[in-house]
Amino acid sequence: MSCWETIADYGLRSIGVGERLLPRSDFTLCQQVVLIGSGMIWNVYFGALALASGFFLATALAMGKAARSWPIRKLSEWVIFVFRGSPLFIQFFFAYFLFLSLKNVVPFFTPLTSAWAGALVVLFLNTAAYSGEIFYGALLSVPKGETEAADAYGFSGWKKFRKITWPTMLRLAWPAYTNEAIFLFHATTLVFFSGFPAQGQQGDALYYASYFADKTFNPFVPYPILATYFIILTLLIVGLFGLVNRRLNRHLPQDQRRRMKLRPNLLR
Amino acid sequence: MFSYCTDPETLSGLSWLSCYLTTGKHMSFYWSFGTVLLLLAITAPAALLFGFGGASAARSRIAPVCWLGKGYIAVVRGVPDIAFFLFFVIALDQGFEYLRHQWMCPDWDQPIRQGNDFIVCAQAKLPLSTSPQIWHEIYGFFLAVLTFAIVFGAFAANVLYGAMRAVPQPQLETAAAYGMTPRQTFWRILVPQMWVYALPGLGNLWMVLIKATPLLFLLGVEDIVYWARELGGTKTARFTDYPHGDWRMWYFGALLIFYLLFTRVSEIFLDRTMKKLTHGQATMGGEAQRKAAA
Repeated sequence: MSCWETIADYGLRSIGVGERLLPRSDFTLCQQVVLIGSGMIWNVYFGALALASGFFLATALAMGKAARSWPIRKLSEWVIFVFRGSPLFIQFFFAYFLFLSLKNVVPFFTPLTSAWAGALVVLFLNTAAYSGEIFYGALLSVPKGETEAADAYGFSGWKKFRKITWPTMLRLAWPAYTNEAIFLFHATTLVFFSGFPAQGQQGDALYYASYFADKTFNPFVPYPILATYFIILTLLIVGLFGLVNRRLNRHLPQDQRRRMKLRPNLLR
Repeated sequence: MFSYCTDPETLSGLSWLSCYLTTGKHMSFYWSFGTVLLLLAITAPAALLFGFGGASAARSRIAPVCWLGKGYIAVVRGVPDIAFFLFFVIALDQGFEYLRHQWMCPDWDQPIRQGNDFIVCAQAKLPLSTSPQIWHEIYGFFLAVLTFAIVFGAFAANVLYGAMRAVPQPQLETAAAYGMTPRQTFWRILVPQMWVYALPGLGNLWMVLIKATPLLFLLGVEDIVYWARELGGTKTARFTDYPHGDWRMWYFGALLIFYLLFTRVSEIFLDRTMKKLTHGQATMGGEAQRKAAA
């Protein structure tokens, strides 16, 4: 079987297109590369959607944490504390079993017991809490002069937020937010190890990598393949976020632009 | 556990619950919290040691050692950490068995990797197939600790490397001017001063380490996640004296609260330590404290 056939068979295996049976013996390098790459579809799906939706909740949480009203502030603080203070792994488990119990009461929750929706909800809340904290920190360091200037020009309320506070907040938060995005994509590998079932063996990249490691009893091939994929993904994210960073900083004189400094990532 | 627990079918309400929560399996569940704490207690210093080694290597003037240190730090970047965990447990196990195999069975002529199998001679197996169950568990735990130490050692190395660079350069130049050798400068000037700069990062790392402990489950150790799944699952009257429905949600809710409390306590403790350590330091934190007092 040539490698092209393998790509045709297994290229979209993780979303249920192509050959149904996974290879069982005589694993070729091509099969491992293709299947693990096919699993990356799920990692990108979870990461991209959670990041895109979490961004808005994160902004809301940051504003909430800085709000003057006591109940709003406390609520935002608690959401951030609960999701940042506990392991994502446990959050996945808890959410899965919570959705399982709710399903028996309200049928509405049925899709949430499968990974594509349930894990996405958890990742959405989780990244919103982490980015919310980052945005809150940036919000506090928005220069006083800028908001005062906005007041002097007659900006107020929504317009002031949209035109002055928010862009500056994003600009200040962006390097840390880039790290958060990288984190999030790495965290998506936990999904299929934490209760959420991989229906019909349609899993993410790590799911297939560990499948191969279990079958061949040789971790030295699948995990480096996985690592390569993730390094490429990380570089893509860094590049993409770098472009946004350039745009956010475009009004600043050249020497004041802050270089993106990427800190090493940690588990969540 | 209690005397009235002998016939669970007659119990109800709180007394049922008190008996249920003190069954032998629940005691194992409570002990597994001890496993987690033990892991933390062993891993934290071990990771610090690995980190110190990595950071010193990255500062070395001998190029290969420097590359080794920097490579070790850099390799944790860009790759999901859970992949490291899954990788190292198998890789370390095979590595140990391979070394023992080379040492104990030098006249073994078959290849070690035969198709999909990893075969070493019987004497080289770790632990030996004849050894009691407890040794298997201890070996599994040891592998987990080593894996954690390697992964977190890389994080710690990064923090310490940054802290070493944060020590003011004039301090080191002065040491050189007084005729100290690089080794003396390192141990007498650099190392004692770097801790203040390293502490915020190390504190952060401690929080991350706490949150990584449930991954023990993936390494095959019978930890709290394992027991929560085991105990929470539906139990029918045929197999247990305490039948109940699917309670896994409650068990994991309890774990969630345990981790939140643990995080909070650590946070408060680290805050206090930091306050103590910044007292009188020539840093922004110390300056703020001085101004607040005045």
